[in-house]
Amino acid sequence: MTDNKTTPVDEGRRRFLTASAAMAGVAVAPGVVLYEIAHGKPADEPASHAVRWGMLIDTNQCQEGCDECVKACGEENGFGHGTRETDSQWIRKVELRDMRTGRTKSLPVMCQHCAEPPCVDVCPTGASFKRPDGIVLVDRHICIGCRYCMMACPYKARSFVHERITDQNPDVPRGIGCVESCTMCVHRVDRDQQPACVEACAKAGHGAILFGNLNDPNSEIAKRIAQYSTMELRADLKLNLGVRYQGF
Amino acid sequence: MQIAYREVEGRSPRYWALLGIIGLIALLGLGAAYYMEHHGHIVTGMTNQIVWGMPHVFAVFLIVAASGALNAASIATVFGKSAYKPLARLSGLVAVALLAGGLMVLMLDLGRPDRVIVAATYYNFKSVFAWNVFLYTGFFTFVALYLWTMMDNSVAAYGKYAGFAAFIWRLILTTGTGSIFGFLVAREAYSSALLAPMFIIFSFSYGMAVYLLILIAAYAWTGRPLGDAILHRLGRLLGWFVAAALYFVVVFHMTNLYFTKYHGVERFILVEGGIYTQMFWIGQVLLGSVVPMLILFNGKLRASRGLLVTACLLVVLGGLAQMYVTIIGGQAYPLDIFPGWEERSSFFDGVVHPYHPSLPEFLLGLGGVAVALAIVTIGVKVLRFLPESLADADVGPHAAG
Repeated sequence: MTDNKTTPVDEGRRRFLTASAAMAGVAVAPGVVLYEIAHGKPADEPASHAVRWGMLIDTNQCQEGCDECVKACGEENGFGHGTRETDSQWIRKVELRDMRTGRTKSLPVMCQHCAEPPCVDVCPTGASFKRPDGIVLVDRHICIGCRYCMMACPYKARSFVHERITDQNPDVPRGIGCVESCTMCVHRVDRDQQPACVEACAKAGHGAILFGNLNDPNSEIAKRIAQYSTMELRADLKLNLGVRYQGF
Repeated sequence: MQIAYREVEGRSPRYWALLGIIGLIALLGLGAAYYMEHHGHIVTGMTNQIVWGMPHVFAVFLIVAASGALNAASIATVFGKSAYKPLARLSGLVAVALLAGGLMVLMLDLGRPDRVIVAATYYNFKSVFAWNVFLYTGFFTFVALYLWTMMDNSVAAYGKYAGFAAFIWRLILTTGTGSIFGFLVAREAYSSALLAPMFIIFSFSYGMAVYLLILIAAYAWTGRPLGDAILHRLGRLLGWFVAAALYFVVVFHMTNLYFTKYHGVERFILVEGGIYTQMFWIGQVLLGSVVPMLILFNGKLRASRGLLVTACLLVVLGGLAQMYVTIIGGQAYPLDIFPGWEERSSFFDGVVHPYHPSLPEFLLGLGGVAVALAIVTIGVKVLRFLPESLADADVGPHAAG
């Protein structure tokens, strides 16, 4: 005869299993939902207005002296780590010191992927353009290298290719005489991967850069922005940036 | 009185020597452009911080001066001053020539000059640059039509309309040139609506100075008579243009000095900017404005051809200094991305950006000047731009005024 009576140990086990399953469900569900809303898209599908890709940089987590994001960007996009005045730098670490209090901050600055990008406004040929999902890019086929966008960018986010280039990453075509800047690793994003800087920062254990869909209220980035005070660089220009900073 | 126009003979060794020297400088400019195109902008002094350099100083100066070179023609046709009528044809020629020279420099400085056709086939109508493509072609068209009405009696009746259209167009053109800078919201040295009218006044001044230099040289070298009365008039007018330009410069800086947020950039340009401060006070203000005004507003000094030429040369040099301060100085001052914080980075945030122009850039700029002069030199040989005489007695009753 089987004893069907549950012991207190079984009760505890059952509660633990139920709670674990529920927690796992809670943890996975947003991911599943997110995947439905903002997964990588097939190559023949155009970028969608439903998505606005963005980044949130937590300056409390960003470490002074760490440049893992900068190195990862250089490797991913096929340019070196040169810091001459003529070298391309799509992302840079800026060290800040408060003039009054002496407080210091360290943070990365890259193309801010404005909703109203001045570079797109001034470009005579339309080579500077914004994808429907908010990523600001340069069409290397029609960029004539006038550099007006570099004059217009409030963040000094753009670089001009001053010399011939070899050993390019096939995913990231670049060329002498054209202007370029952070693409938010669009080739990775379209394959459902995170931008290289985001991945490198997480790998270094800082997790200071959060990437996601700003338009999805359930995304981690949107929730964080809703919960914490964040700022946009040169907010006075009202450009509605895709990159936000937290912890100022 | 009927004015007789005649081509310059253009067979003397002096003419060919002049054309040879101009041609050589133009070739050096083209060679420099080829060198820059082949190696990339790495061979220039331009960087990711100073993105527009010496070619733009020359190009913008030439384009602004082009509009101003049309002064004499505009005054004759639009304002009906008959004393200026004999000067109108050369005025149109110099205007077209300067614009062509300036545009050549601008195009050859592009990162991809081979794609210049793209600039004519893809348009972003929100871009001031794209507007300028239309403004430049429009200027060529209107001035060419205007010259046609001046040179062909069968269409002379339309001269007034063509002259008026060219006059309006040149004002729009220079508004567009000033707005290239005026519409830059990010940089503190620019982003002002005042830049558009200020560039118009600059154009009056620079264009008139260049025109006077060419006029005096052409008449001296061809041995044709050029009366004092007309020079007296043009010189005094140039003085007023220089004064008006200086007035705009004062208002521009005074406005910025009143706004606390612009104190940094004003201190940089006016006090601590090194080469830019020197270029501003010594080049633009003292040599480019004050000294020419002292000459041009004094009837006795102005009567000396040597001093008049000196004043014009100083206005041109002052204009180049102004372009250097505006274009390079405006970029050298760092962007204030984090107000209230000291910035430091591998991308030169928060520091004044150095600029060392290289020889190819300089040669390209000079090449543009040479191309403009070549167009004028050849133009006066093949078509009837110059009156046989601009002696006081030959240019009408109003000249003595």
